[in-house]
Amino acid sequence: MSNNWEMVIGLEVHAQLNTSSKLFSSSPNQFGSEPNENVNFIDSGMPGMLPVMNFACIEMAIKTGFALNFNINKYSVFERKNYFYPDLPQGYQISQFEFPILTEGFINIDNEGNQKKIRIERAHLEQDAGKSIHDIDPKFSFIDLNRVGTPLLEIVSYPDLSSAEEVVSYMSSLRQVLMYIDVCDGNMQEGSLRADVNLSVRKKGGELGTRCEIKNLNSFKFIRQAIEYEFKRQIDVIESGGKIEQNTMLFDTSTGETRAMRSKEFSHDYRYFPDPDLLPVNLTQNQIDKVKTSVGELPQAKLDKFIKDYNVDKDIAKIITVEKQNAILFEKMISETDVKPKFIAAWLVGDIFAFIKENNLEVSSLNEKTKEITDLLKLVSDDVISNKAGKEILPKVLNGQGKPSDIVKELGLEQVSDSGELEKIIDEALIGEEENISKFQGGSDRVLGYFVGKCLKATKGKGNPKLINKILLRRLKK
Amino acid sequence: MKSSISQIKASLRDKKISVEELYDEFLIKAKSSKTNSFNLLLDKENNTLSIKESQKRYENGNPLPLDGIPLGIKDLFCTKGIRTTASSKILSNFTPNYESFVTQKLLDDGSIFIGKNNCDEFAMGSSNETSFFGPVKNPWKNKNVPTNDLVPGGSSGGSAAAVAEGTCVASMGTDTGGSIRQPASLCGIVGLKPTFGSCSRWGIVAFASSLDQAGPLTNSVEDAALILNSINKHDFNDSTSSNHVREDYSFGINDKLDQKIKIGIPSDYLKDVSRDILSQIENTKKALIKHNVEFVDVEFKTTEYALSTYYILAPAEASSNLARYDGIRYGVREDGKSLDDIYLNSRTKGFGDEVIRRILIGAYVLSAGYYDAYYRQAQKVRRLIKDDFQRIFNDVDFILTPTTPNEAFKIGDKLDPISMYKNDIYTVPTSLAGLPGISIPSGLSTNGLPLGIQFIGNYFEEKKLLQIAALAEKELNFNEQ
Repeated sequence: MSNNWEMVIGLEVHAQLNTSSKLFSSSPNQFGSEPNENVNFIDSGMPGMLPVMNFACIEMAIKTGFALNFNINKYSVFERKNYFYPDLPQGYQISQFEFPILTEGFINIDNEGNQKKIRIERAHLEQDAGKSIHDIDPKFSFIDLNRVGTPLLEIVSYPDLSSAEEVVSYMSSLRQVLMYIDVCDGNMQEGSLRADVNLSVRKKGGELGTRCEIKNLNSFKFIRQAIEYEFKRQIDVIESGGKIEQNTMLFDTSTGETRAMRSKEFSHDYRYFPDPDLLPVNLTQNQIDKVKTSVGELPQAKLDKFIKDYNVDKDIAKIITVEKQNAILFEKMISETDVKPKFIAAWLVGDIFAFIKENNLEVSSLNEKTKEITDLLKLVSDDVISNKAGKEILPKVLNGQGKPSDIVKELGLEQVSDSGELEKIIDEALIGEEENISKFQGGSDRVLGYFVGKCLKATKGKGNPKLINKILLRRLKK
Repeated sequence: MKSSISQIKASLRDKKISVEELYDEFLIKAKSSKTNSFNLLLDKENNTLSIKESQKRYENGNPLPLDGIPLGIKDLFCTKGIRTTASSKILSNFTPNYESFVTQKLLDDGSIFIGKNNCDEFAMGSSNETSFFGPVKNPWKNKNVPTNDLVPGGSSGGSAAAVAEGTCVASMGTDTGGSIRQPASLCGIVGLKPTFGSCSRWGIVAFASSLDQAGPLTNSVEDAALILNSINKHDFNDSTSSNHVREDYSFGINDKLDQKIKIGIPSDYLKDVSRDILSQIENTKKALIKHNVEFVDVEFKTTEYALSTYYILAPAEASSNLARYDGIRYGVREDGKSLDDIYLNSRTKGFGDEVIRRILIGAYVLSAGYYDAYYRQAQKVRRLIKDDFQRIFNDVDFILTPTTPNEAFKIGDKLDPISMYKNDIYTVPTSLAGLPGISIPSGLSTNGLPLGIQFIGNYFEEKKLLQIAALAEKELNFNEQ
């Protein structure tokens, strides 16, 4: 394959809004219920049933509008997208078409240290369809309508993306923002966030090619695989003299290949028209402004704050801001103690996250234990106990086995920081060491380590190493 | 002359008749009727409890507004536990597990349902001939050809025929382009289509959502007002339901007009009408002019576009509203080798010709490449029609028109859909504008068949509209003619 090809990618991301009820019915919007449990007469398309808009969905769209720099349109219209399928009981999907609620937004993504602005054409609200299950029985298909009518925000980017890495970076930035503003739980495995990838290839800087759309990718891994496969496939077709047809593709997760689902000739005519059961959405400035206050701090702003105001290392700050719950935990700890944020941050991404990972916990589960954690970190930063002792105690504290100070006492881990006591110990340690003392005074720094070790050993590891160091230096320099 | 709701209530209160006796009287008459105006008559057992409770309320001296009144319900309203078919084969086995908003209000006010009235399939028709359960016969006969069976009009033909022959006191109908007013006119009764947004559409099998509106078919204007009191309520479950303040529509309905009323008569409506029709308007004029009513000629600019606009918009909405009848979850399913076959067979066999015709028209006008030329254009014209009405209402209080361009015709006479559509020429513009309209019987044709006139009011002015209609009713004295 020659190197002078490039890919042009636009993304349609479907984010499921985490409202308590559906977009146009009062059924619960939740994952993992028994099949057809969250279905009412509206969802099942019974005669005479009417949709009623759930305003919480509009508020979440507005919130997204602020977070992704969109124009928030005061006037938007729900239309019907008509097609037949058994998991679409009404025979149409209610979606926004000609007048979407959000237009012309953007997000900055980080690509190997460089910032790139990705423009977003529009975002609109729509209903999800149900699920058809074809692989349970050889003869029958099964329908689960639980997902029918759950609210989706479809976010459509411009074709500004030019590599799988950029797509993943874009998608994870979107995910991060949507989770920060609490409109989507970001759970890709459960389908809360999924993407359709529109990809075409061209000679570098050349004319745009014909695009294919790869449907319904729900993991970063699959997105990457599908893009790489489809990129090669299109180039192969063109280089062997063929033409790309505008197809809708499916990604087969077992083979890692894309294959055509339907060609443009067979594409549906959805016969969109404004849903006469619903009034157009007319928002007032007041309604929009009200939502603005609930947007909260966005990931980029938090990152900047952590680095600039809290003096946290960039890489550590990034790890903390990846997920909102990390940042919440971090900020809660900061607010409860005078221990330096930088010190807390290092512990958080180190031993604390390690503990969470080992025990398969949610970060947020520690929100209740911040007092104990910061008490412990305070003991470490004040040299009451050693770093090593702190690491030893942390799991006990997180497991709720007692107050840090109690555990320290119980295990006798308190450092000896009484300088009188330490001086005595040092005095004893220096007896018979005249040779080494003169080595040190002759310029051999290594000897200092030897003395510190000897003193620590004499305190059974409880001596405050910093203090020992200090006293030793003073004594040796005499 | 048939008794009015207030007269019946008085008899029940004065124990001249019991609720059960009243019910039996209507049920027996309905059972022996030959008009085919009911798709389903309820078993008496269904109503035993409500009859008893109603009787108790009369005995306790606190009857509800419609207590014990036997009603017919167009088979387009979903009624809990009672088969609801929309007169279509595809729903011929469908029993909803919910009660429509409007019928629930009628039940809440003590009325008792006799049965489900026949209608055109999915309310698509103007003669009740498209029903899967067969045509309804108008109780009226042409005195010159008395052997002919005539249509009752449509789509609420069963409702109109049942009220006219006295097998229910009143019936709930729906009106999309004239489906209450036109059959009321052809059967010599009163039919009211309220302002769009007055009565909730929740639980009514949808035909064209932006036009459908429930309303009563009754023996008198006062009865229509009483029923309107029950059903005209705001409903949060219908996004197009208006939350304006409702009035008591029957209170003071027969009071003298306290100010001068100006009524416009659209000259363009009367261009090619028969003498029979013209004389209805003339008689009404004569009857009202002595009551401080002034008549003026008005002229619409949009009348000639109304029918084509309607027959783009209503089918467009219908094509989508009827997509849910796919044989998958409920209703009649026809087998097939593939999913597409199941859809094709169920819908081809489940829907009648007129319904299929309108689905096809609707799908066509919404298709890519045709949408702008048909659907979008029709929406624009609809706006102009609304504006046209408002221009005229700047100058007049009401508009008076014939309800229909002709009297009841013979079953099977109008086979050509276009000539059938023309039956709604006077009612469709009002529907497109969303305005309230009432048809009252005004006189008989030379063939001895009833004819009606229509009063059109401005939005949510049902109170005034019912008052003027009541006055005209009294002066025209149709029931004594």
